[in-house]
Amino acid sequence: MGMLRPMEYVGGKFLRWLDEAGELLLLFLQSALWLIRPPFRFRLLMKQMEFVGIGSLGVTILTGAFTGGVFALQSYHGFSLFGAESLVGSTVALALTRELGPVLTSLMVTGRAGSAMAAEVGTMRVTEQIDALYVMAVNPVQYLVVPRILASVAMLPVLTIIADFVGIVGAYVVGVGLLGINHGIFISKIIEYMDFSDISMGLVKAAFFGLILSLVGCFKGFYTSGGAEGVGRATTRAVVLGSVLILASDYVLTAIMF
Amino acid sequence: MSENGNIIELAGIYKAFGSQQVLKGINLGIPRGQTTVIIGRSGGGKSVMLKHMIGLIKPDQGQVLVDGGDIVRMSDHQLNEVRRRFGMLFQEAALFDSMTVVDNVAFPLREHTNLSEKQVREKVSEKLAMVGLPGVEHKMPSELSGGMRKRVGLARAIALEPEIILYDEPTTGLDPPLSAAINRLIADTQKKLGVTSVVISHDIEGAYQVGQNIAMLYQGKIIAQGTPDEIRDSPDEVVQQFIHGRAEGPIEVI
Repeated sequence: MGMLRPMEYVGGKFLRWLDEAGELLLLFLQSALWLIRPPFRFRLLMKQMEFVGIGSLGVTILTGAFTGGVFALQSYHGFSLFGAESLVGSTVALALTRELGPVLTSLMVTGRAGSAMAAEVGTMRVTEQIDALYVMAVNPVQYLVVPRILASVAMLPVLTIIADFVGIVGAYVVGVGLLGINHGIFISKIIEYMDFSDISMGLVKAAFFGLILSLVGCFKGFYTSGGAEGVGRATTRAVVLGSVLILASDYVLTAIMF
Repeated sequence: MSENGNIIELAGIYKAFGSQQVLKGINLGIPRGQTTVIIGRSGGGKSVMLKHMIGLIKPDQGQVLVDGGDIVRMSDHQLNEVRRRFGMLFQEAALFDSMTVVDNVAFPLREHTNLSEKQVREKVSEKLAMVGLPGVEHKMPSELSGGMRKRVGLARAIALEPEIILYDEPTTGLDPPLSAAINRLIADTQKKLGVTSVVISHDIEGAYQVGQNIAMLYQGKIIAQGTPDEIRDSPDEVVQQFIHGRAEGPIEVI
């Protein structure tokens, strides 16, 4: 028996993980179903778009600006060793649009909005507000989950393109302003090496990450139990699971797309 | 079913959560147009039983008949049609805390009727007056006391003028005068609207006041059902111990 314990432990963990993956998938399918069934809740969607989009603008701009700036600084040190300072702009621009823009923006929004979704929906669960929706013949997936997912899928690409732009501006300020790279070369190398597809693929990623962070946030909230402590746990897990899934799926998406 | 005058019928309900068997074969009829009070110990599964009646919890085994239709086996759409005949007051009122009192009470009206905004407002004012809370329309639930929240919850539950109202521990945690006021409100609502009410309670005095019919849940089963007088005179030791609030007897308290 003693020999079997570790197997039992691993097996148990695996089964619980499988269970959770199944529930997450089920919530996704339910959301897809309720998305196409009336009534369409336009006002709730607008409210969520404001919360996810406008609400995350500040943190997105800060993240973009500092990431672009520090990336310019670091790559300048590297490139200057073999006299390739002219490539700083295009390197930063490519890294931002393909990877750092969508990933960092999504991670920030996961921390800000994904956690709030888990907390809000979770509180509604433990205070029986979700049951109250059922009792009043309103489907909570349609009422709570669908607007949050739609809003996130729509707003993440918008936030990402802002982060991309601000990041390149940040790199410009550091590269051209502080480190003295030639203005014309900085810009022309970006135009030379960057394709439109670099931006658009990044935005597709962002939309997908928006789906992940909102689905996970709502999922953790929806299945909350155990009062205030449970809500806290749901919030933490939403951020951890959301971030891990974003990073993991980023690899898969990159491998497929580029 | 409906021919014997019961609007809701629980037949052979079993429900377990994990390894804990909460309901062990519940058979209970809720007579139409009357108030039925379900008494029993705290944590004894009364709320779980109530939630079966409106399909919030599905039994492991058994039938829940509403006017003869088994809601356990209904599609979501059919179940929603049945649910629109119900109103429910939750234990902590379960008001939407992101909405004002008006929006809470108006919620079912806006979801399920085509009333104009003016008509909705009139209905909301009427229901708030019924529960004795005029003038709180624009407050948020967090600004209200527990008793006020319950009354707003009741106003929301009766907004669509349901046939059946379920009350989950309406007086738990309230002071005696407020409990009495809520009990009177339940009795008045029943008289004014002629509804069927099911009330979960462990307040035995309140049960006598509001109930035409009392059922006792003990160890996952209904052990007694009858009029308040019949319950008072019940020969069952468990019932006697419960209604007289004694620590000694067949109920293991600790």
